[in-house]
Amino acid sequence: MTGRVVALVANPTRAVYAALLATLAIGWALVAFDGGTFTLNDLVGIQQRSAALGIVAVGQTLAILAGSLDLSVAYLISLVSLVAAETMAGQSSNILTAVVVALGVSALVGLVNGVVITKLKVHAFIATLGVALVIRGVLDHLYDGPAGRVPVDFQQLGYSRIGPVPVAAILWAAVAVGVWFLLRRTRFGNRVYAVGGDVEVARLSGVRTDRVVIAAHVLCSLCAGVAGLLLASRLGAGAPTVGTDGGYDLESIAAVVLGGTALAGGRGGVAGTVGGVLLLAVLDSVFNQLEVNSFFKDVVRGVVIVVAVAVYARRTGRRAS
Amino acid sequence: MKRAIPIFVVLAGLLVAIAAANPFFLEPAGFLAFLKRVAPLAILAAGQYFVIVSGEFDLSVGSLVTVEVVVAARLIDGDEAMTWPVLVLLVVIGLLVGLVNGLVTTKLRVPSFITTLGAMLILSGAVFLWTGGAPRGALSQGFRVFGREGVWAVAILAMVVVAAVLLMRADFGRTLVATGDNEKAARLSGVRVDRVRVFAFVLSGLSAAVAGILLGGFAGVSAQVGQSLEFQAITAVVLGGVVLGGGRGHVVAAIAGAFTLEALFTLLNLHGISGALEYAVQGVIIIAAVAVGGLRLPALRLTPSKV
Repeated sequence: MTGRVVALVANPTRAVYAALLATLAIGWALVAFDGGTFTLNDLVGIQQRSAALGIVAVGQTLAILAGSLDLSVAYLISLVSLVAAETMAGQSSNILTAVVVALGVSALVGLVNGVVITKLKVHAFIATLGVALVIRGVLDHLYDGPAGRVPVDFQQLGYSRIGPVPVAAILWAAVAVGVWFLLRRTRFGNRVYAVGGDVEVARLSGVRTDRVVIAAHVLCSLCAGVAGLLLASRLGAGAPTVGTDGGYDLESIAAVVLGGTALAGGRGGVAGTVGGVLLLAVLDSVFNQLEVNSFFKDVVRGVVIVVAVAVYARRTGRRAS
Repeated sequence: MKRAIPIFVVLAGLLVAIAAANPFFLEPAGFLAFLKRVAPLAILAAGQYFVIVSGEFDLSVGSLVTVEVVVAARLIDGDEAMTWPVLVLLVVIGLLVGLVNGLVTTKLRVPSFITTLGAMLILSGAVFLWTGGAPRGALSQGFRVFGREGVWAVAILAMVVVAAVLLMRADFGRTLVATGDNEKAARLSGVRVDRVRVFAFVLSGLSAAVAGILLGGFAGVSAQVGQSLEFQAITAVVLGGVVLGGGRGHVVAAIAGAFTLEALFTLLNLHGISGALEYAVQGVIIIAAVAVGGLRLPALRLTPSKV
C-alpha cells in the first residue's frame, strides 16, 4: 500500500491529480457538512473561472520548460483586452480584424521578450519584468479606465455554453491539447525540453537554442493574448487592470510549478499545469462555498504551493541520490 | 569591483543632471531629503544582495515590509510606551521570516522563487486576516522619528552599509560568493552551503524589518506600503551589476543600484515624466543596463538547482 502511494507521488503529474481528487472529495464533504451542496453548476463555475488562468498557465509552461519564464503576461493581458475592445468598437464586423490585431500585438511582445533574452543575453526575470514595465507605462499613459466596446456576438465566447460545458472551457482545452501536441509529438517540443534541460548540450547537439526560446516566448505571449480576448469578451470592454487584478503573472507561474514542472526547465508538461490550475480553482470554489475569508484563502494558497513543491523535490531528490 | 564601475558612473551622471535641473538638490537639506527617500530601498537592496549573490531570490520582502508596518501600527496604536518593545518584535519577525524562507529553501529544497512567492501570499494574507482587511491603529511619534528625521534615516543607512561591507569582507562573505558561484565546489571545499544560504535569507528578512520601520515613519501606514518593493529591490541589485544566479557582484554596487533607481525616479519627476511613462522609461533602462553589463557573460539559469 505505501509502495503504491510512493509510486503515485513519485510522478508529479499523477500527484497533482491525486491531490485534485482528494481536494474535491474533502471539499465536497466539508461543504456537505456545512449544509450546502456541491452541484454540477459549481463544477461548471470552476471551469469558467479557471479558463483564463489556465490558458495563460499553458503558455507559461512553454516558457518555463524552455528554461525561461514570463513576468509580462499580466500587463499584456490588459493591453490585449484594450486593443481588442477598441478595434471592435461594438461592431460585429470588426471581430476578425480585432482578433488578428490582438494576437499580432501579443506575438510582437513575445518576440521582444525572446530576442532580449537570447540576443541581448538579459536574464529572463529582468527582461520580462522590464517589458512588463514598458507595457504598464503605455497602459497608464493611454488609458484611465475601461475603454472600447465588445459586440454581443463576441461576448458569447465568455458566457455561452455548449450543453453544460462553457465555451471558455472548450477554448482552454483546445489550447492545452494544442500545446500538449506541440510538446510531445513534434520536433519543436523535443527541442524545448532539450534547451530547458541543458542549453549547452542542446547547442552542441545542433539545436538552434535561441530560436527555440524565442518561439516558446512568442507562443507564451499568444496564450496570454487569447486569455486577454477571453477576458475582454467577459467584461464587454477592455480594462487596463484586468491582468494585474487577476495576478496572472505570479499565479500562472505558481500553477505551472504546482503541476510539477521544474522551474529550472526541461521537466514537466501541460497535463500537470492543467491539474495545477484546476486544483487552485477547486480550492477557491470550496472556500467560496464555505464563505471563508479571502485573506485566509491567500494563506492556504501559499502553503499549498510551497508544500507541493517540497514534496516533488523530496521525490526527485531521493531518486537521484 | 571592476563590474561595479559603470553603475557609479551612471549614478554620478544622474546626480549631476538632477543638480542641474534643481539646484536645491546641492544644498544639505535637499540632499538629505534625497538620502532619506533612498534609505529604505537601499537597505532592502543590501538584504536582497546577500540572497541573490548566493544564487537565490527573495520575493517576500515587499509583503514583509507591509506586515511590519501594519503590525507596528496595530500594536503601538499611538502609545509611546509600546515603541521599543514593538521595534524589537518587528526585528524578530523579520529574522524569523528570513529563517523560515532559508530553511524551506535549503532543507526542503523548494526553489527560492517558489518559497518566497508562497511566503508573499502567506504574509499578506495573514496580516490582513488579523486586522480584518485594512490597517488599523497608529504609529507613535517615537516610532516615526526613524523614517521622518533625515539624520536618523541616514545614520541607519550608514550603519547598514558599513555592516554589509564588513560582512562581505569576513569569512561569511567569501563563502557566500563561493556558494553562489559554484555550489558543488564550495561544498567540497568545506563550506556549509545550507547554513550560509539560510543566513543570507535571515539578513534579507532583517533588512525588510529595518526598511519597514523607516517606511512606516516616512510614508505612513497603508496596505500598499510594501507593494512591488521586491521587484524594485531586485532591479536595484541587478542594476548594480550583480548577476542573477549568484557568485558575482559587490554589495556597495547593489546599494548604488538603489541610489541610481531612486535618482532616476527623481530626475523623471523633475522633467515632468511622472506616473505613466515613468514605468516605460524604467523598463527600457533596466533592460538596457543589464544588456550592456552582461554582454560578455554567458546566459545564466534562473535557479542554481533543479526542482
